[in-house]
Amino acid sequence: MTLLTLPRLSAPSALVLGGALLLLIGLAAVVGIWFTPYDPAAFAVRERLQPPSALHPFGTDEFGRDVLSRVLAGAHLSLATGFGAMAISLAVGVPLGLIAAFHRGVTEEVIMRSVDLLIALPPVLLGLLVLAVTPPSLWKTIAAVGLVYVPIMVRLTRAVALGLLEEDFVQAARARGEGAPTILWHEILPNAWPPIIVECGLRVTFAILLGSALSFLGLGPQPPASEWGLMIAEGRDFLRQAPWVCLAPGLSLCVLLVCVNLVGEGLRERLDPQLRGRSHA
Amino acid sequence: MGMAAFLLRRLLGLVGVLLGMSVLIFGIVHILPGNVAYAILGEFATPAAVAQLEAKLGLNDPLPVQYWRWLGAMLHGDFGMSIVMQRPAAPLIAEALGRSALLAVFAFGLVAMGGIGLGLYAATHRGRASDKVLTLAQFLLIAVPEFFWAILAVLVFASWLNLLPATGYAPLSEGVAKWASHLVLPVLVLAFGLVAHVSRLTRSSMIEVLDSRYVLAARARGLPERKVLWRHALPNALLPAITVLAIDAGLLIGGIVVVETVFAYPGLGRLLVYAIERHDLPLLQVGMMVVTAIYALANFVAELLYAVLNPRIRVAGATA
Repeated sequence: MTLLTLPRLSAPSALVLGGALLLLIGLAAVVGIWFTPYDPAAFAVRERLQPPSALHPFGTDEFGRDVLSRVLAGAHLSLATGFGAMAISLAVGVPLGLIAAFHRGVTEEVIMRSVDLLIALPPVLLGLLVLAVTPPSLWKTIAAVGLVYVPIMVRLTRAVALGLLEEDFVQAARARGEGAPTILWHEILPNAWPPIIVECGLRVTFAILLGSALSFLGLGPQPPASEWGLMIAEGRDFLRQAPWVCLAPGLSLCVLLVCVNLVGEGLRERLDPQLRGRSHA
Repeated sequence: MGMAAFLLRRLLGLVGVLLGMSVLIFGIVHILPGNVAYAILGEFATPAAVAQLEAKLGLNDPLPVQYWRWLGAMLHGDFGMSIVMQRPAAPLIAEALGRSALLAVFAFGLVAMGGIGLGLYAATHRGRASDKVLTLAQFLLIAVPEFFWAILAVLVFASWLNLLPATGYAPLSEGVAKWASHLVLPVLVLAFGLVAHVSRLTRSSMIEVLDSRYVLAARARGLPERKVLWRHALPNALLPAITVLAIDAGLLIGGIVVVETVFAYPGLGRLLVYAIERHDLPLLQVGMMVVTAIYALANFVAELLYAVLNPRIRVAGATA
């Protein structure tokens, strides 16, 4: 169980609704990499800081670039940060958690103490530290955010696996003389997935938030990229004359996060047996 | 096994984490060699000048030697120099830390009171319209990044309403009103998202406690509802809230970095971002170390509080 739980919506269709919206956003993001109404990087100094109109639904920024085009062109960056970071924390955290559960003793101690250490850094600081010493880029942001969530995945996987190791079917596999890799891969992992998936679903929201916050601080993709956090940071100087430059990417980010949150909550309602039991009680 | 053994174990853990952290921070900062000398002398320094300075600063020594020197100096209260500002780092950090602490204390107080209060209200009004509105609001609020809250706050209160200053800080000597007016927006923005976390958790743990047998028993004995709530249910419901408050301390630190940047508030978070932007590595190292130590201490205090309030943990921890 995660301690930092998100609000739980009781609507049974949260997963469907959130999933459908997320799919739409994903589609727009993929299309936005190649096709946008205007060139997201093209300067048009004569049309700078124009309010939203039929020609430019989200207005234009300080270089006359079309904000809608930039929002569309930058959508895949936030999605990549959230899901890429989760993929990294899964790829590193799950194997380490499994190993820690299976090889009790020195190996477990080393893994778990390293995890304690990583968790001792506040998330944003861990990101700052990784990005401080090298020039920032999208991939480093994703790696830094992924690293933040590795400890959580290790702890969760280890806890789940420790429980499963006591089960009869695992004992049976051991009695058959199966090796450690077989037991971990064929017996433990298939049964350990549901809680891990649930945790991931809930963490993607935070990963996107953290990634955009790092970009906002200038530690993500660099200009002229139109990462939403970066766009908000750049639009800050013109907040009074042209609030749309900040509001468009900001509201887009909020919509994306609500959708991801809906999917995470929906997944949890489907997969978390504890929750299912409680709702019947 | 009593409280003393538990305390000792946790204290050793704290020291271990801080030592490990110092290795990690020092290691990461020193992955790129030669940076410090170039940062001091500028990009166009001659190789000879760089070599001379590196020798003077001891940058040619093996890393473990440098680390040992750095750690030893820090333990003796010598926090080194900010190479960009050419000033000792300790007073810089102390000043900035004081201003950040101001934000943190006010925000944390708001989060604790607002979060627990709203959670209690929602739990005792379970299923009613007000509870549903709160749940929906929390769900939406969590999806708004802090820096966007900050932008919205500046837009509404500074640009449109002209009520509060958008950025900066005023010392107390310039008057209480001016001082406070610079604090309102950063504190509110910091507290906003976290209130949602804490209130949600308080609500669910309070509901769990209210459904338990001992609360039923207390009600059956005819205790007044007020007494059941405050004396019997709340203390147990607060346990998870304390853990979450400790986790939120981590989020708060992250939030402070962002919020101080938006509001140009001269605190520790902004100092760290400045150190990163200007490649002021000595300042960055020490600043990171200070923040980490504070965070570790906050977690330590939370664990102690938890143990004091929940003796079960203490016993389990001692036998494990």
